[in-house]
Amino acid sequence: MAQPSGRTTTPTQALIICAAAWAVPGAGHFWLGQAQKGLSLLVLLTVLFSLGLWIEGRLFPFDFTDPLVGLAALADLGVGLPYFLAKALGAGLGRAVAVTYEYGNTFVIVAGLLNMLAVLDAYDISQGRK
Amino acid sequence: MTSHVGLLLVFSVLVSATFAVLSRDGLREQAWFAARLFGAFVSAAYVLGWLLYPLPL
Repeated sequence: MAQPSGRTTTPTQALIICAAAWAVPGAGHFWLGQAQKGLSLLVLLTVLFSLGLWIEGRLFPFDFTDPLVGLAALADLGVGLPYFLAKALGAGLGRAVAVTYEYGNTFVIVAGLLNMLAVLDAYDISQGRK
Repeated sequence: MTSHVGLLLVFSVLVSATFAVLSRDGLREQAWFAARLFGAFVSAAYVLGWLLYPLPL
């Protein structure tokens, strides 16, 4: 199990660490001196997100008239800069008739949610709770 | 890549490894936890798959 590090940071530092951890998967752990975890998260979450797009998953629009679509968009955004990069490159249009469409959506959404979990983990480490 | 089982395995590997990295310190502990989690993912998928098989969905 993860042991408390005893490290504490100021609220501003913690906020910056969380922002970095959100923007680049694993950056928060890198910042806090956990390079192996940071590198692992960077590789794993980037691969999960990219695979999701490759198998024709969709980056959902922020349309809260359908709550599930809006929530999926928020989850997609959780992966940080890769989301904006994919948008800029025109990826993530999704092809609903593709056999892997739902799998792709799942990969992309889960990548975003796991990165949010990584942000919370980085926050806990910065507060000396892990 | 359109194999459902293949995608299940890839998804399970990546998510298990991520959970292991977040919840365990040390490569050895992470690898062991990821392996157990991967086994649980795949086993659960097969068991649920067979349980749902007779249902007229």
